[in-house]
Amino acid sequence: MSDREFTLDDLRRILRDGAGADEAVDLDGDILDAEFESLGYESLALLETSSRIEREFGITLDDDTVTEAKTPRALIDAVNSFLVPARSS
Amino acid sequence: MQTAVRDRRRTSAGPAVRVAVTGLGVAAPNGLGADAYWAATLAGTSGIGRITRFDPAQYPARLAGEIREFSALEHLPTRLLPQTDRMTQVALAGADWAFADAGVDPAGLPEYDMGVITASSSGGFEFGQRELKALWSQGSRYVSAYQSFAWFYAVNSGQISIRNGMRGPSAVVVSDQAGGLDAVAHARRQIRKGTPLVVSGGVDASICPWGWVAQMAGGRLSTSEDPARAYVPFDAGARGHVPGEGGALLVLEDLERARARGAQRIYGEIAGYGSTFDPRPGSGRPPGLRKAIELALGDAGTVAGDIDVVFADGAALPELDRVEAEAIAGVFGPRGVPVSVPKTMTGRLYSGAAPLDLATAFLAIRDGVVPASVGTRPSDAYAIELVTTRPRRMPVRAALILARGQGGFNSAAVVRAVDD
Repeated sequence: MSDREFTLDDLRRILRDGAGADEAVDLDGDILDAEFESLGYESLALLETSSRIEREFGITLDDDTVTEAKTPRALIDAVNSFLVPARSS
Repeated sequence: MQTAVRDRRRTSAGPAVRVAVTGLGVAAPNGLGADAYWAATLAGTSGIGRITRFDPAQYPARLAGEIREFSALEHLPTRLLPQTDRMTQVALAGADWAFADAGVDPAGLPEYDMGVITASSSGGFEFGQRELKALWSQGSRYVSAYQSFAWFYAVNSGQISIRNGMRGPSAVVVSDQAGGLDAVAHARRQIRKGTPLVVSGGVDASICPWGWVAQMAGGRLSTSEDPARAYVPFDAGARGHVPGEGGALLVLEDLERARARGAQRIYGEIAGYGSTFDPRPGSGRPPGLRKAIELALGDAGTVAGDIDVVFADGAALPELDRVEAEAIAGVFGPRGVPVSVPKTMTGRLYSGAAPLDLATAFLAIRDGVVPASVGTRPSDAYAIELVTTRPRRMPVRAALILARGQGGFNSAAVVRAVDD
């Protein structure tokens, strides 16, 4: 179990490692509210991404959490909601 | 509905829509790209050497035809790299080259007018090995989500289809080395049913420890340490084959449509095809290769005397060489036709081998030259005329390509020049 926050930079790194980056997209730009689909990531890429987040942060995400998070901001919030209770305990 | 469409097609175009090859994409151990491969092949340059991808010291077979200079990053977007095995990366690049050679931009064509039909013999072994290793050393959460398809036989067809927006009839054929011809024959069938363009052929690449032991289990690998003499079909010293990686992808089109679009080059046509399966061992019935040749000649509406060169399967095991030599001599007469095995310079590429031989045959037709089988000293026990040592300049109008597969597959194809 990790006690650190899941950040946008973590997400960028994990997306690049797990699924690569679309040449037409600036992943380092302002992507917080962009839809994953417009960033070039389909459901399988997000499945791989969530699996990597789970491994690194020692958590288990619900399938719904991943499929319902359409943007980086939504996914980051969802992941941190799993992390925060652990940190406060 | 479907029947009506097919019948209309028959009435308008006749039963024998001719299928032309308009583009070649080649990736071989002795040359990346059709030009480099052809130059190396005519120069007799072999791509066979000691394995570098992993340390082969602990295995009895240590030589392979590796593609040394391919860098996936140079050819593909990074988005594709984590989800593709090496064989798929090579296949995607090969398809790009075939399109460029054909002067076709798939983005500009209707997506249902283009299909992808490839052959596969092993799937993405290297990718699969990495994920299995992760599974057993770290656990299931460390297995890539892309393992769900990256290893799969159909993945080259699928990724070529997605990358180029090709949604017409698509498939994969799995029948070992013979599959390379079976896939092209299936592509021809789909073009005759009305799909204007199909990318077909095959690329295999499984030179990794898992792929290697799987190939060793077949019992046909040469354990020679001498790259020049390890894979010598039709030689008294034949002792199995050297595996290689790579293959070729070909752009196939309805000949009339290719002409109508002003295709810059028509290499020739896929004129005939036949396939058979060997009888059960011990049945006493003859092997099926000769029958496959006769079927292909009949399908092409041609006779043995019209064939200028045979590209043999060249298994390099005495019993299999004997069967092939007898089939060729039986159809063409003793030493009745020049025979070549240019795969002596690449190793056997499994599903990629026959598509590469098809590409080689079209280049031979274009340039009027038959490449040599290098390294082999043909045994007098076989009544075939093997072209060895150096290429032979001669007019080539029609060629027969043979491919077999472990388990009794036999396939034969006839390709020939198309008059302008």
